[in-house]
Amino acid sequence: MDPEKVIVCRCEDVTLADIRKAIYELGYTTYDEVKRYTRAGMGPCGGKTCRPIILRELARYWNTTPDKVPMRPTMIRPPMKNITFATAVEVEDNE
Amino acid sequence: MNKTYDYIVVGAGISGAVVAYELAKRKAGSILILDKDFPTAGATGSCAAGIRAQFGTEFNVSLMKISLEKFENLHEELDYPKELIGLHQGGYLVLAYSEEEMENLRRNVRVQHKIGINTEILTPEEVHYRWPMLRLDGVVGATYHARDGHADPFYTTFAYIEAAKRLGAELRKYTPVLKLLTEGEKVVGVETPDGPIYGGNIVVAAGTWSTKLLKDIGVDIPLWAEKHEILITEPLARFLDPMVISFSKDFYAQQRPHGGFIMGVSPDDPEHWFDPKDYNIQSSWHFLKKMASTILEVMPFLKDVHIVRQWAGFYDMTTDHHHIVGPIDAYDGLWILAGGSGHGFMFGPSVGMILAQWIVGEELAYDITKLNWKRFDEGKLVIEPAVVG
Repeated sequence: MDPEKVIVCRCEDVTLADIRKAIYELGYTTYDEVKRYTRAGMGPCGGKTCRPIILRELARYWNTTPDKVPMRPTMIRPPMKNITFATAVEVEDNE
Repeated sequence: MNKTYDYIVVGAGISGAVVAYELAKRKAGSILILDKDFPTAGATGSCAAGIRAQFGTEFNVSLMKISLEKFENLHEELDYPKELIGLHQGGYLVLAYSEEEMENLRRNVRVQHKIGINTEILTPEEVHYRWPMLRLDGVVGATYHARDGHADPFYTTFAYIEAAKRLGAELRKYTPVLKLLTEGEKVVGVETPDGPIYGGNIVVAAGTWSTKLLKDIGVDIPLWAEKHEILITEPLARFLDPMVISFSKDFYAQQRPHGGFIMGVSPDDPEHWFDPKDYNIQSSWHFLKKMASTILEVMPFLKDVHIVRQWAGFYDMTTDHHHIVGPIDAYDGLWILAGGSGHGFMFGPSVGMILAQWIVGEELAYDITKLNWKRFDEGKLVIEPAVVG
């Protein structure tokens, strides 16, 4: 398959070729950097689709398994599911 | 055995990136940039990346004029794709909600005109004519400066670091500085988990983490972390050019080049954290609700637009909301650039360049020496009226 035609992040339209360029040509060799360089994982799904694929690519680079790829501990970034402003105004503020 | 460097820059946010590049450009010597995570991992990477020259003092307007000129030519200077740096000069539209607030904006504009920043004063009717999608209930006037805007904080920082690397600087990611190393009255290097790294000059550009690093060697600076929250929406076709802000309602909102709206509203009564062990960077429901109700008053068209993500970042605040820059002369070779107080990204290109000039002993493009670390003890605070939050 042509890496130029393999879409890794559907939300932000990032191809496998984009991911590999960031890793191998530019030295963005951690998940956090690849995300910020390519925008993969910043779209509406929050990386649910692309993250495992990117981690697998990075695992290949680091010659390890995806769970050992360098990554900052994940910070939860709500909302878990996209909501509208109209809905957000209605939220119960229990804090 | 680690190599010895002429300069060790602690922190790879915008501040560290600019200083490293500007030092490398001046052939100041060997340079190592350290970051405990990766470039843009701290405040720079969580910021809204707004850039405005609409400040209220000659000092800040002059510095932002230099920054704007830097941003406008950055793609050429750093040899980086213009579309990635993403400078979008759609202007800043500052809304005033009372006569008193409008009078303050007019006074700011007089300062701006003096420096060559051509801000316009607009009536509500003129604002409505240009941006009919905005709801202007309660707005008595506004100011607009077309060269203000925003850029991509990730690519801008990466561009500086890649340019610094081409000039010989080195970057070590995921290398936290555990302690600054001193001998007598001199800094000699930094302690890291991989062992000590020696260097004759240390530039602390570690944002809110700067305070603890300095405290551990007996230097107290009034710089703390405040949590500020932000959100971004799904992308829409582009139709709103300016960053829209209000000082009295404490919000800002803009449409990114990729179409999503990014916005923030200041926290009500933020905690002040001086020690990283206290940091809390969780997002809150309270912000979501406050942001949504604040912005729907001005941008009712967002009602059915989806919020994709919230996050939080730190403002590195100082007592007078200005950077601390220059030598920390308690130790030879120790320098600081931190404390942007919510404006670190936009001031980075000018203040970082001027600090490099200061370090190598060049004439300063603009005199920023009053931002020295001693001003707090000497009661010489630098005051700026035009800030959000």
